[in-house]
Amino acid sequence: MTALLQVTDLRVTFAAGTAVDGVSFTAHQGRTLGIVGESGSGKSVSSLAVMGLHRNAIVEGSIVFDGEELVGASPSRLRALRGSRMSMIFQDPLSSLHPYYTVGEQIAEGYRLHAKASRRAARERAVEMLADVGIPSPRARVADYPHQFSGGMRQRVMIAMALVCEPDLLIADEPTTALDVTIQAQILELIKKIQEERGVAVIMITHDLGVVARVADEVMVMYGGAPVEHAPARQVFKTPGHPYTRGLLDSIPRHDLGGGGPLQAIPGSPPSLLTPPQGCRFHPRCPIYARASAEICATERPAFIAGLACHYPGAAT
Amino acid sequence: MILYLGKRVLAVAGVLLVICAVTFTIFYVLPTDPAVHACGKTCSSEQIALVRQEMGLDRPIHEQFAAYVSGIAAGRDGCAFPCFGYSYQNSLPVWDLLTDRMAVSVSLALGAALLWLTVGVLIGVASALRKGSALDRTLMAGTLASASVPVYFTAMILLLVLVQYLEFLPYPDYRPLTEDPVGWATNLLLPWVTLASLYAAMYARQTRSSMIETMGQPYIRTARAKGLHERTVVTKHGMRSALTPIVTIFGMDLGGLLAGAVITEHVFGLPGIGQLTYDAIFKADQPVMLGVTLLAAFFITVANLVVDLVYAGIDPRVRYA
Ligand SMILES: Nc1ncnc2c1ncn2[C@@H]1O[C@H](COP(=O)(O)OP(=O)(O)OP(=O)(O)O)[C@@H](O)[C@H]1O
Ligand SMILES: [Mg+2]
Repeated sequence: MTALLQVTDLRVTFAAGTAVDGVSFTAHQGRTLGIVGESGSGKSVSSLAVMGLHRNAIVEGSIVFDGEELVGASPSRLRALRGSRMSMIFQDPLSSLHPYYTVGEQIAEGYRLHAKASRRAARERAVEMLADVGIPSPRARVADYPHQFSGGMRQRVMIAMALVCEPDLLIADEPTTALDVTIQAQILELIKKIQEERGVAVIMITHDLGVVARVADEVMVMYGGAPVEHAPARQVFKTPGHPYTRGLLDSIPRHDLGGGGPLQAIPGSPPSLLTPPQGCRFHPRCPIYARASAEICATERPAFIAGLACHYPGAAT
Repeated sequence: MILYLGKRVLAVAGVLLVICAVTFTIFYVLPTDPAVHACGKTCSSEQIALVRQEMGLDRPIHEQFAAYVSGIAAGRDGCAFPCFGYSYQNSLPVWDLLTDRMAVSVSLALGAALLWLTVGVLIGVASALRKGSALDRTLMAGTLASASVPVYFTAMILLLVLVQYLEFLPYPDYRPLTEDPVGWATNLLLPWVTLASLYAAMYARQTRSSMIETMGQPYIRTARAKGLHERTVVTKHGMRSALTPIVTIFGMDLGGLLAGAVITEHVFGLPGIGQLTYDAIFKADQPVMLGVTLLAAFFITVANLVVDLVYAGIDPRVRYA
């Protein structure tokens, strides 16, 4: 299966420092890649790089979308792809929608641009999209403003907006974080349904392993701006290879995953972007390092081999 | 909507009535006797008493006030509607003085407003989009300097350089727009630039900070994620939001200026409301002072109302609240 998106050795550097280094992943049509990690691990930075949305950053490495290299591509080429062939939805649907325009206008805007549609056709399309994402009486609601919708309905609007041009890739950056649990489940179901109907490739970014368990085929776990584990979802939940993944699994209620045991938070805090620790970035918080105090963990950065970046593969399970 | 508008108009009328009452009371308790001014230097005390009676100054204050207000609303004998009384200095109806001068102040205010709004917003947006660049720093230093210079100083410098030395412009001498449009513009150019240089600087700084804040909003990222051209992102999505607060201050500033820019009019010898105010204060011409005070209050309260309406037009969250 050829990948729709192939990211290789991505590196994003801001004036303040390098936020993401050595990120590689692929996305396939009709499949979902889950990207998991704590706050600040570089999930958003990586996905914004794919969208070409970094403005004050140096993006290096390779991002190949449908056979086309996007690193170094012209701004106009990236604009042509954004919103038409790749789309993104964001965490907070209220602040991500413009307060002064009706949802219809905001959905239609991208369609008019990319599909060269007339105002009227784009409006019809917006109504259609609202219906598709499950908004009741779409013909009436198309003229409403974002503040007149509930949180879940707003996220549906965002999804309608992202899908209006039938993209091949949908990046969802913590789409359910701002929503309450029942609404979360509905939004995830919607994304899943849309994926099945349209065959889009989905990248689901989250810090919630529960979300990943529901939707992802494959999981990439990020820590300190780099992947630490990358494997099929089932494997990650059954036999996590990295102590950080293990820690994440232990820190969520496992009843929905069929597990048990007491909840445990990972001690310590995520590494700083400015002064990342020497050696393995996770070692200051790592139980293996604490137990074995292996010299190599503190001095040498583990290579990413066979979906795992750890000097002690297997020790976590 | 109609109901809301009706309520707001009534509120404006109420505010104006209160301001009128307060001003009236203040003038009433002031030590200067209007009859002395009205009568002239050579009047005897009997003559002054006669004048006082004729002017109704011997009646209780509430009667005087009622007469004044009903005069404005309906006119009174010998003084056509709207009657704001007569100037003590030249016995002309205050309303006529106000309307004569209004054209000057309105010309001054509108021309300057157009100038400062355009320049201020352009500078602010350019600065915001290139935040931290040499251009941004230069522009912001310039606006800071321009905002700190008093109006009369700017006026003097402009007069000295452009009129005195370079003889590039005539010394301002107001011409009515209807009679001599070119003369109107050339003679108002210096006052416009003077006023605008102050306001444009403040607007540039306001616009810049508002624009920087807006361009950092998540919905701007959404707009970019749609693949919109950066030009569209900046104008349609950025400026639309960033300029909303500017509308508010613009309404207030313009409302204030329509009732006369005292210093600017004085320095350039423009016969506007500001100049009228200045003269009225120095001559203790109370009917005129009362008139200009009410006019200013009128412009400001109406500007306030207009701003609120415009705001509701811009921001749907206000409209549906
Ligand atoms: N525009 C920027 N300029 C400088 N540093 C940035 C910028 N954007 C992100 N960073 C830094 O990059 C690092 C990774 O941020 P990122 O937003 O990708 O985290 P995340 O994994 O998405 O976290 P979260 O779960 O909080 O969304 C953080 O340390 C952040 O401070
Ligand atoms: Mg993020």
